[in-house]
Amino acid sequence: MNDVCSINNFVRCLTQGGMNQDLANLISLLLGVVLVATLPLLTVILLIWVERKVAARVQDRLGPNRVGPLGLLQTIADALKMLTKEDITPLGADKFIYNLAPIIAFAVVILLWAIIPFTPLHVGADLGIGVLYFVAIGSIGTIKIMVAGWSSNNKYALLGAFRTIAQLLSYEVPLVLSLLVPVMLAGTLSMQGLVFAQGGMWYVVMIPVTFVIFVIANQAEVGRAPFDLLEAESEIIAGYNIEYSGFKWGIFMASEFLHAFTVAVLAAVIFLGGWWGPFVDQVPALGFVYLGLKTTVIYLFGLVLRATVPRIRIDQLMAFNWKFLVPISIWNVLIVALLLQVAKGLNLMPGPDQVNNVIAHLPLTILLLAGNLVLGFYVLTRIRGFGRAQRLADEARRSGAVVGAPAGD
Amino acid sequence: MLELNAQTIAFFIFALFILGGGLGVVTTRNLIHATLYLILSLFGVAGFFVLLSAPFLASVQVLVYIGAIAILIVFAVMLTRSMTRLRDLYNEQWLLSGIAGLLLFGLLAVGVILPVWGQNGARSGQPVSDAVIGTVDLGKALVDQNGYVLPFEVASLLLTAAMIGAIVIARDDQE
Repeated sequence: MNDVCSINNFVRCLTQGGMNQDLANLISLLLGVVLVATLPLLTVILLIWVERKVAARVQDRLGPNRVGPLGLLQTIADALKMLTKEDITPLGADKFIYNLAPIIAFAVVILLWAIIPFTPLHVGADLGIGVLYFVAIGSIGTIKIMVAGWSSNNKYALLGAFRTIAQLLSYEVPLVLSLLVPVMLAGTLSMQGLVFAQGGMWYVVMIPVTFVIFVIANQAEVGRAPFDLLEAESEIIAGYNIEYSGFKWGIFMASEFLHAFTVAVLAAVIFLGGWWGPFVDQVPALGFVYLGLKTTVIYLFGLVLRATVPRIRIDQLMAFNWKFLVPISIWNVLIVALLLQVAKGLNLMPGPDQVNNVIAHLPLTILLLAGNLVLGFYVLTRIRGFGRAQRLADEARRSGAVVGAPAGD
Repeated sequence: MLELNAQTIAFFIFALFILGGGLGVVTTRNLIHATLYLILSLFGVAGFFVLLSAPFLASVQVLVYIGAIAILIVFAVMLTRSMTRLRDLYNEQWLLSGIAGLLLFGLLAVGVILPVWGQNGARSGQPVSDAVIGTVDLGKALVDQNGYVLPFEVASLLLTAAMIGAIVIARDDQE
């Protein structure tokens, strides 16, 4: 065999040179792992620039524009500066745990990239339990913040950690409930399976309410405005990572940026059809481009949201989750499950050979969309009623109370 | 008898996690360190599930034991900050608990040794069944009337009761 040596038959390349088969397999596996882990690392450099530019535009500023064309090299300059800073460990800190926290922080985000299907052929590991893996890794993420907050021996850091646990544990409930719906539709927990199931119709069209719940819960999970209580610069300065400096702080910051991007990728995979797009059957590599485009839409929405909305209070955060998001999530799961059974009873489900047929998916889509619209309409009416009641109460208090008195709760 | 391949190496690494973590839990005087050791130990158990080709149980192990239970323990420990720097031994029942621990260890050891080296030991190398069970089978078994639907529902009821109990304890009497 005189095959041309390329990345596609890398194992054979190595064994042709006389290398042991097992060793060649191991090296090829390691290369794959390094590739999957390096891609997000390189992306984050660009992401920080994108984030600063978007935030600057929203706030009517220019953003970074001095280092390199359009300020593109600003992040690299910042990273170099960070590396030269002194690495301070506070007195009374628990040294081992203190140094462990940034490593956990970054590892957790990188681990998520293992299950992301980039194209029909390229996926780090197509686990049969992909969705559960995502939730499990996300729950480990809580540990890093707690550990960082506690080991710093700083009360602001500890306060930040307390808020974080309350927030992350609470918002995991609607997150998992919203993941249940696409899993129900696709009948699989595998990420690649979810993408294949969306060949006929994207889930964002079928179940838009679920998509909105997923995006909101994820915004809270990554701790971005309006849910950025774990940072809250004006209240607890920087939260759990207040004592970290230099490179360790840089790792925390990079992992936070990357986490926001990673959940945008996952939202694109689970709800926006992942790598599906025109001609992806012929040229699988195109899937990478489509996934990138879809991710960009969700990510930019998150950035604009972050730059525009104010932070909410901790009691509002909890009330919003337990009294609003969780009940809606449960109703959503029940409604979709019921509609799925109705669709099965009326024989509206697309057959196993019609997975990529848009027409065959239309009846089911219309049924689910109708159910979602009813639910969405009800939710919006409730929000409107709640807002009106709140305004009336405010007005009544203002007219009744002494002018200038603080508005107590 | 013992083949040294990737699986065996992984087994010993995870065994080290579990035993080392367990030893750390009972020997350290710092409660936060103890919970972190506990997390390490539970993580090793998740690794065992992966080695046993039970990825669903592995991820549930991480999700429930590390993501929920261990974090709640750390939360509770952090709320009692003076407890995190213990230097003295307060527990006066260490003798009793030591005996109980040794008894339990003996029971487990017998449970492991008898099947392997007992009179039926020759068959211990053979797999009990060659059926391949996936996540779908597991899910079906939990809701199948011939499967485990009753234990599943009883466990759900127990958890619901515990949740309602927690709410009742936590709410104000005035409301």
